[in-house]
Amino acid sequence: MSTPSTDEVPSAAPKRKDPTTFAEYLQSWWLRVQSGDLGFLPIIVGLIIIIAIFGTLDSRYFSERNFTNLLLQMAPFATIAIGVVFVLLLAEIDLAVAFNSAVGGVIMTLLLRPDDPGLPWPVAIAIALAVTTFIGFVMAIVITKAGVPSFVVSLAFNLGLNGVVLILMLEFSNSGTIRIADETVKDISNAFLPDVWGWILGLAAVAAYGLSEAVKYRTRSSQGLPNKPFGILGLQFGGLALLILGAVWYANIDRGVPFVMVVLGFFLLFWSFVASRTRFGRHVYAVGGNPEAARRAGINVDRIRIIVFMIGGFMAGAGGIVLASRLQSVATNSGGGDLLLNVIAAAVIGGTSLFGGSGKVVSALLGALVIGAVASGMNLQNVNAGVKFVVTGLVLLAAVLIDALAKRRQAASGVR
Amino acid sequence: MAEPILECRGVSKHFGAVQALYKVDFEVRPGEVMALVGDNGAGKSTLIKGIAGIYPFDEGQVLFEGKPVKIHGPKDASKLGIEIVYQDLALADNLDVVANMFLGRERTQNRFIIDESSMEAAARETLAGLSVTTLQSVRQVVAGLSGGQRQSVAVAKAVMWNSKVVILDEPTAALGVAQTRQVLDLVRRMADQDLAVVIISHNLHDIFEVADRITSLRLGQAVDLFTTSEVTQQDVVHSITAGEMKFVPGMEKEGV
Ligand SMILES: Nc1ncnc2c1ncn2[C@@H]1O[C@H](COP(=O)(O)OP(=O)(O)O)[C@@H](O)[C@H]1O
Ligand SMILES: [Mg+2]
Repeated sequence: MSTPSTDEVPSAAPKRKDPTTFAEYLQSWWLRVQSGDLGFLPIIVGLIIIIAIFGTLDSRYFSERNFTNLLLQMAPFATIAIGVVFVLLLAEIDLAVAFNSAVGGVIMTLLLRPDDPGLPWPVAIAIALAVTTFIGFVMAIVITKAGVPSFVVSLAFNLGLNGVVLILMLEFSNSGTIRIADETVKDISNAFLPDVWGWILGLAAVAAYGLSEAVKYRTRSSQGLPNKPFGILGLQFGGLALLILGAVWYANIDRGVPFVMVVLGFFLLFWSFVASRTRFGRHVYAVGGNPEAARRAGINVDRIRIIVFMIGGFMAGAGGIVLASRLQSVATNSGGGDLLLNVIAAAVIGGTSLFGGSGKVVSALLGALVIGAVASGMNLQNVNAGVKFVVTGLVLLAAVLIDALAKRRQAASGVR
Repeated sequence: MAEPILECRGVSKHFGAVQALYKVDFEVRPGEVMALVGDNGAGKSTLIKGIAGIYPFDEGQVLFEGKPVKIHGPKDASKLGIEIVYQDLALADNLDVVANMFLGRERTQNRFIIDESSMEAAARETLAGLSVTTLQSVRQVVAGLSGGQRQSVAVAKAVMWNSKVVILDEPTAALGVAQTRQVLDLVRRMADQDLAVVIISHNLHDIFEVADRITSLRLGQAVDLFTTSEVTQQDVVHSITAGEMKFVPGMEKEGV
């Protein structure tokens, strides 16, 4: 009865064990890439190309000042895009994030107005975040209970929240602008860490990564599971350390590491942990990949949807606060312009699939970096806003095409 | 001969005017492969969905390990140790093999954080126990697997939960020759590990290769219970198409 089973499918042809050597690991990685599992490869290559092009066009592109400016500019986009990543993981969309973020910024700014009511900043921020999270909750209730596509619901909210921002601004200001009346809040996007603290936090981040990898290595070997080869682990650790410490060093030549990077770094770590290490995160991916399978596995699909839209609202509010802090004010046009385009594009360019179920939280950062790098290069070239839109649009198109091609590649490599 | 682990006694189910099952007796013993055969619409899927508790039977009894049980849903069924692999496997393509095998029942360290290494170890053990060797890596995403490999993962998922009865609805319907071979071997190995296996299939050739006994359904009634070694494929075909029905259709209300 037990004749050795064979398999007629080419992709599964060689019965190889888990890769144990450096070369084997690289080889299996390359096989994965070929079968459409690209990971961060396209974005890293893209970022290098963008930097190379603009760097050759203008050497000021590489200046320390330009680097810290880039960090300051992209931080609010990346913050909002983290929420967008979660929503896209479910194969849903939230077109209301931009104006929801503006609602957060406006409410916080209003609550901080001296004596009117002049709330302490932690309270003002907490209330603003509660409101934007609640808006996400209400959207999710409509989407899940009425079964209306998120595209339409969030489009309606996009319009409605635009109105809310206008009403609030017209009600409380004559000039169309309200300045933030709290130094701490302004510092979020305008202060820089002292050099020493930049180094301490950078080293702490590197050490924490090393430690968590070491713990993982030990638990895996204690359970008799294969580990990545040492060479690969070292390369990954070294690469990350070089990147983080190099960035700290470069920022310190200028004004230092922007404080907002600490905020963004915290969000990235926290939400990455939620996405990749918790049951909730696992269920988000499952619902995005196959809702029916998730349902049969006993996962409460509606509950996952609701929480994800709340995360979208929360991170929109957080990004709105970071953006308001950077501009030190809110205005009638807050949340408008190309903000929506930029945050959704950031998530997608960073490698989050529009088809749901695939993407990582850190893609919010990578995508925002790409968009920021393009924008900053264009600014140095003194091109007008039109050209900037066209180029950003092309980058987004490239990202979507890569996603679609990778998807097709994956479908072809497995026999369905 | 072992006692039946799962037994249905006189179960019926109607959908509106359609009598999908009528007074069906069905049983499976540990260590045997029981095939369930019948024409389209004979009531095979209705029987296993009733066992799974997806809907209740109108009448009759389900006994598990000799005791009457009420199964109100898939959760109850899993608790008893009954796992069902449906025709559309319902795997999440974007997740790896381990994540799929534990979907919805992830092991955690403190309720929230997933315990990846212990899950991976258990998944490897189960797959090795079933001699599923064609998988390159348990960390491979399911999208890249062949049909036979996917079926193997779905079956391994069912076996892993200390299950005692595994029910497979047409596990080979969508597979080529070599992959069907893989799955049939797998079915045999499960029975050899003393699991009770129920397999629904249209392919008599497959059934004769793997099943110990065969229950044939016709128009909602159980018409025959064969021991595979004592009959030919012709006997089974005859039973499926023209088997003698114990109850006259349309006469149910008067009682028999
Ligand atoms: N949910 C349902 N609602 C109404 N009729 C159903 C339902 N499920 C099955 N039936 C009917 O019950 C009969 C048996 O169906 P089924 O158990 O699916 O057959 P099989 O799986 O043997 O092909 C068929 O006549 C079918 O149309
Ligand atoms: Mg059926």
